Amino acid sequence: MITLKEALTKSKEELAEIKTEIEKLARESELNAYIGFESSGEGVPILIKDNIQVTDWPVTSGSKILQGYIAPYDATAITNLKKNGMMAFGRANMDEFAMGSTTESSYYGITKNPHDLNRVPGGSSGGSAAAVAGGIAIAALGSDTGGSIRQPAAYCGCVGFKPTYGMVSRYGLAAYASSLDQIGPITQNVEDAAILYDAISGHDPKDSTSAEHERVSIAANLDGNRKLRIAVIDNYIEAASEAIQKAYAETVKALESAGHTIVHKNMQNTKYDIATYYIVATAEAATNLARFDGVRYGRRAEGSNLSELYYNTRSEGFGEEVKRRILLGNFVLSSGYYDAYYLKAQKVRHLIRDEFGAIFDDVDLILSPVAPSVAPIIGSIHDPLDMYKSDMYTIAINLAGLPALSLPVGKDEETGMPIGLQLIGRAFDEQKVFDGAYSLEQTINYKN
Amino acid sequence: MFEIVIGLEVHVQLNTKTKIFCSCPTSFAHEQNTNTCPTCLALPGALPVLNIEAVRKAMSFGYAVNATVNQRSIFNRKSYFYPDSPKAYQISQFDVPIVEHGELFLDLEDDTTKRVGITRAHLEADAGKSIHEGAISKVDLNRADTPLLEIVSDPDMRSADEAVLYLKKLHSIVRYLDISDANMQEGSFRCDVNVSIRPKGQQEFGTRVEIKNINSFKFVKAAIQYEVQRQIEAYEDGYYEQEVYQETRLWDVAKGVTKSMRGKEDSADYRYFPDPDLRPVLVTDEMMEEAKKIPELPDAKVARYVDKLGIKHYDAVVICAQKEMAYYFEAMLESNIAPKTAVTWLTSELLGRLNKAGHDITESPVDAKTLGTLVSKIEDNTISGKGAKDVLDYMMESDSRDIDAIIDELGLAQVSDDSAILAIIDDVIARNQDKVAEYKSGKDKLFGFFVGQTMKASKGSANPAKVNELLKERLG
Ligand SMILES: [Zn+2]
Repeated sequence: MITLKEALTKSKEELAEIKTEIEKLARESELNAYIGFESSGEGVPILIKDNIQVTDWPVTSGSKILQGYIAPYDATAITNLKKNGMMAFGRANMDEFAMGSTTESSYYGITKNPHDLNRVPGGSSGGSAAAVAGGIAIAALGSDTGGSIRQPAAYCGCVGFKPTYGMVSRYGLAAYASSLDQIGPITQNVEDAAILYDAISGHDPKDSTSAEHERVSIAANLDGNRKLRIAVIDNYIEAASEAIQKAYAETVKALESAGHTIVHKNMQNTKYDIATYYIVATAEAATNLARFDGVRYGRRAEGSNLSELYYNTRSEGFGEEVKRRILLGNFVLSSGYYDAYYLKAQKVRHLIRDEFGAIFDDVDLILSPVAPSVAPIIGSIHDPLDMYKSDMYTIAINLAGLPALSLPVGKDEETGMPIGLQLIGRAFDEQKVFDGAYSLEQTINYKN
Repeated sequence: MFEIVIGLEVHVQLNTKTKIFCSCPTSFAHEQNTNTCPTCLALPGALPVLNIEAVRKAMSFGYAVNATVNQRSIFNRKSYFYPDSPKAYQISQFDVPIVEHGELFLDLEDDTTKRVGITRAHLEADAGKSIHEGAISKVDLNRADTPLLEIVSDPDMRSADEAVLYLKKLHSIVRYLDISDANMQEGSFRCDVNVSIRPKGQQEFGTRVEIKNINSFKFVKAAIQYEVQRQIEAYEDGYYEQEVYQETRLWDVAKGVTKSMRGKEDSADYRYFPDPDLRPVLVTDEMMEEAKKIPELPDAKVARYVDKLGIKHYDAVVICAQKEMAYYFEAMLESNIAPKTAVTWLTSELLGRLNKAGHDITESPVDAKTLGTLVSKIEDNTISGKGAKDVLDYMMESDSRDIDAIIDELGLAQVSDDSAILAIIDDVIARNQDKVAEYKSGKDKLFGFFVGQTMKASKGSANPAKVNELLKERLG
């Protein structure tokens, strides 16, 4: 597939042809990455995760409860895309309300991994990553609350970037966990990710949590020759599979050979990451999803009175995982449990942020696995806790609000599945993350 | 033998141009659900942005009641499902309100004052309106996300009258500050009452019952009186524990009773937590200084009227209770008339006429400048007091505000010129020689007769003081 960088040089007519070709391929594809072929705007077609609002599109967050809903406005990220020579084309499949790590919980069915149709593409932005890796999208937008861009990018062998919290407006992103969510690019290479990130990033007065930091073009300043101090967290890697550990070790060598300095560090609080994340995220989610009540829009189930209407609408409209997280969120916020769970999680969140801060006093970047294993077989995860555990390398980055880029570094010899690693940066230091990733990409020369 | 303990929660709708978390207008819309947008409809992806105007208004309230204005306050999500609450949570300040620890003073009947503490005042978003039509319920979200300031008093009131005085004072203050229309009927000033009783001398409070849905001062009084009676009877009958428990009751206007709204077991868990869509509200020093610039408030005005203008305390309280009345009074004084005369002409002459016509001071057909000018015409002897009343009557019915022309038209110009009055007096004396003789022989009472005759002959236009003076001279 043509890269985003190259596509941006094409004429209107050429782009029309490319778009027609993409639609044809996508409709024929077995991946089930696209769940709609809507178009909005003009320019290079970008695939949009189904939780990002585009005017006049059905935007459903992969849920039954939003069937029939038509978005009446553009997310700020979409407005920004359109200003930068791109258009929104097609809706990407996702885990319902971005709650999942496999894209198995979508109302529209399972999306498959282009490297092995028996395996999941990861999630929740599985449709976006599968389409880019599978050659049926030039680039895509995803959203990342606990790894939902980086992990599917790693499973599918493409590049995924989660920006610093606040750098991309959340206005128009159906909220899962407001203090963690960020929209970001999923692309074929690092430079495309920089281009797409540059396009969507910007301060937005419609989002009170939007960062006012000045935006300088990352793509224009991309520098693969910059020498960086990169930390490896030795006690972090042990939980990963042998294949991941091997790829990690080789990547460390590659970084050294490219002239970067490797620094060995340990982290103490990692064992609290998952608990903290699932308290904060579900508390916010329980309230963010309370608006789906069948009263104003979306799918309404009948009921003979108001509470029945609520009960039936939400019982029928939400899937299992969403219900589980809503229940969990309401539990941790309920009186008598608030201090023990929610308040404590907020404190731990500060500790996690501080620990990253201490490491970044000494280094420019941290190298970390994205997931403890390669993409699992479809249907192989039965215990939700196993799925939550697979987020162990990604969620702390959201809790700390840091930028991180996942890129493919190799393949598992046994399964042939791609392995991705992430480079994590200081808050608002996206340039170093991209520079380091660009350098690593050139050194490793991964081929899909 | 019982002490009544009352605390009040008042929801004041702030009169900002736009809603508290979006840019929809707060103005009254005829068409339902038209003053709405993705944010106040709670569409997926829409986000709240705090309207700083609401913060400024809340701050000025804080300074008006001598409260602490917190430089950092927090918005929380308060979760509950109801169709007129589109997000299914209300954004409201819970942990840290913008205003805390204030006070205001009630003007009691005996001219003393009583302090009532204000626990807190916090910002929050209003809900929409539910409209129930038989089996169908409709929701109008025009009002959703309108800014509210919830003002919570300490449980300092000890009677229904004090509660009403508190409400009136609060009402007056928010009107002076121009932060709310504060119209009880239209719901921009809503009041919930917390009532409990305890035997006199008992330290701990009794069980607090909340009464909602009261939309006039009159009903506040009636509802408290009913509820107090209900609680006392329960206590005296030995059923206090069973019948008085922490609950919310509604005031039933038609029946004149309070009714249980929801059961005892049903106490809601709102699951408050800080709203992650909004950053803490940080107030700058500059905003603080700006918010401190508040207009003269009723208490200060009363003190000034009494001390500087020499007005009776009671009159000052009456005039200052309503912003429009005080401003009317002050505008009258611009005509350089005596404050006491202005009080009389405002409170008895004008208000008397307005009351008869069923009008409020804001609807007065005669403005303050005109009334002030009219009063000045008495003070400079252009017309008599009675003549001025005729002019005022005339103006209540007509559009003309040219006082001189009206005086001419009604022939009310007062004659103060000695020679003109003397001519009339001489004529009266000439026509009544017999009475003159009687007067001179000692019948002093006849003096009034001569005054009357002179005034009559002048068609009321002679200056009565002059008439008296000159008659005394002539009659010796
Ligand atoms: Zn609105």
